[in-house]
Amino acid sequence: MGELKNRFGPGLSTIFVTLVIFWLAGMVLAPNLMMIDYALRPNLPPQALGGPEDTYSLANILYLAGEPTHRAIFFKTIWASALVAGVTFLVCYPIAFWLAQRATTGQLAVAMLLIIIPFFINEVLRTLAWFIILAYRGPLNSALMNIGLIDAPIRWQGDGGVLAAMVYAYILFMLLPIYNAIESLEKAQIEAARDLGAPTWRIHTRVVIPHAKAGIATGFVFTFMLAAGSYVAPALLGSPGSRWFTEIIYNWFFEGGDWNRGAAYALVLLVLCLAVVLVTLKLVRVNLTDVAK
Amino acid sequence: MSHSVELAGIGMTFGTTRAVSDVTFKVAAGEFFSILGPSGCGKTTILRMIAGFIEPTEGRVLIGERDMAGLGPDQRPTAMIFQSLALFPLMSVRDNIAFGLEARGMSRPERRAKADDLLRLIALEGYGDRMSGELSGGQRQRVAIARALAVEPGVLLLDEPLSALDLKLRQHMRAELRALQKRTGVTFIYITHDQSEALAMSDRVAVMSDGLLQQVASPRALYDNPATPFVARFVGETNAIPGRIIQVQDGHARIDTALGSLTGRAGHGAQAGQPGTIYIRPEALMPGGTENTLTAGIERVDFEGSFALVHGRFDGGEALAASIPSTRLAEAPEPGSRASFGFAPGHAVVLGDG
Repeated sequence: MGELKNRFGPGLSTIFVTLVIFWLAGMVLAPNLMMIDYALRPNLPPQALGGPEDTYSLANILYLAGEPTHRAIFFKTIWASALVAGVTFLVCYPIAFWLAQRATTGQLAVAMLLIIIPFFINEVLRTLAWFIILAYRGPLNSALMNIGLIDAPIRWQGDGGVLAAMVYAYILFMLLPIYNAIESLEKAQIEAARDLGAPTWRIHTRVVIPHAKAGIATGFVFTFMLAAGSYVAPALLGSPGSRWFTEIIYNWFFEGGDWNRGAAYALVLLVLCLAVVLVTLKLVRVNLTDVAK
Repeated sequence: MSHSVELAGIGMTFGTTRAVSDVTFKVAAGEFFSILGPSGCGKTTILRMIAGFIEPTEGRVLIGERDMAGLGPDQRPTAMIFQSLALFPLMSVRDNIAFGLEARGMSRPERRAKADDLLRLIALEGYGDRMSGELSGGQRQRVAIARALAVEPGVLLLDEPLSALDLKLRQHMRAELRALQKRTGVTFIYITHDQSEALAMSDRVAVMSDGLLQQVASPRALYDNPATPFVARFVGETNAIPGRIIQVQDGHARIDTALGSLTGRAGHGAQAGQPGTIYIRPEALMPGGTENTLTAGIERVDFEGSFALVHGRFDGGEALAASIPSTRLAEAPEPGSRASFGFAPGHAVVLGDG
């Protein structure tokens, strides 16, 4: 605060601080507190609000625990999000390594542009593009049939389609932190490892990945959270058999008309995501502050 | 076990830049060989071609009489010490040293035993569990050497490894490197831009300039009998006075300069009637000498401890550098005065220009 005041004067710095406080309190804290409030109260007709039945309880959360379909979809969302993060990592790591250690300045600029340009387009439209590509009579199936790999079209929509769209949607969030981490690795270390006779995979497991650990963890956290909270990809590309937990929350709010139960479901998802992230970071011994960087 | 290294006409072109041209020399097994040159002269490129990080665009690299074409750094019997050392910061000292053994599939107890042997060799016993970041500059240096020696290379390649150390430590490490080389018998190829480092440690030195090999000789021969004007100026300090060679006889050459006629040993390319330059070492110039006398205006006298360096200009305009041992400091001329110097013909060399 003192530093801010020195740099911008009392007027501007007061405005900055007020805006930040307003943002945190109004846009982050208040909605979350309201959600908790909703989650812990029963869904009542308006005239019963504030009446004797309007008490705090865990009933909405326990409803989720006792509902087998929702419970299954919940856990599936968690592990499927982890799978999305894992596949995104497998796709991004080689690209990030190449960009950070091998590419010339010109190649880097072109590649970055090619990777970033699609993100100028809205996520819904990008997902819609996948919807077209993966359609039953769409270009992917006809291409595969033309080159003779398959005889009949494949129904991609469902788990596979959701996975593909999510991996594509979150590439940047995995790629950039890993790229930043690998970029700071001194080239001589890779050369030294090679000079000492290490095969390529060992150079990566012993030198590059340990160095890039914080970046990889950051990418995992971002991707996992985004995937778990994603709505568009499962809604567009999913099938009845591949429902995502966010779709059920959506239904409680907009179709079931039970905001309290919806809020409870959202709360559980939030808490479990946080738990997964913190446990993962603990396991790989990375601080939350490293991720924030 | 140590290997010889032979470079047969190697050259390297990066795009349109010619980094190294037609370099040929042979390093004997067990030799301490230095490649000396200013930065950008191509010496690091040569080292990287020997290590296998880059393939020469012309010529061949032979290690232990074997052609290395197409072999990567992991397949060559060389190990490299990088300028930055490139220790693995996330591994303990012991894991650093054992890294090459791990890559070769040696079992954990064997690796541990060998790493501990090497820690003893570099006098860092008991430091195995520390992280490399916790060590001092000199200790890190020794760990890098142990890590390279662990894979039992036939040739150790050192890329200015002492440049990050302070002067005292650097001098200490010189002696230590030399002793280590003698003890292990491994061929050392050492890159440096520091001529005193090259002269002090090496059996032989190759001097490079602009991608071209200038001379390969023992340190003494390099200093006393430079083959080219570049070597004469680059290795050690020198006073260079240009003129025209008038006579070459019995290994001596007379040269007419703006300061009069001077005599020195006849070096490479010294031919009567040709333009040439006489090179006189600072320690050869004696104040008040009677042979080969030269006069100069004295600008300043820098006292450096064991000797004083006298700076000034000869009457012909060339820079003067004369060193006077501290024991004879009384003979040093005063700044601002004029003084005459002389030198013995045996302590100067005349080279043909060009």
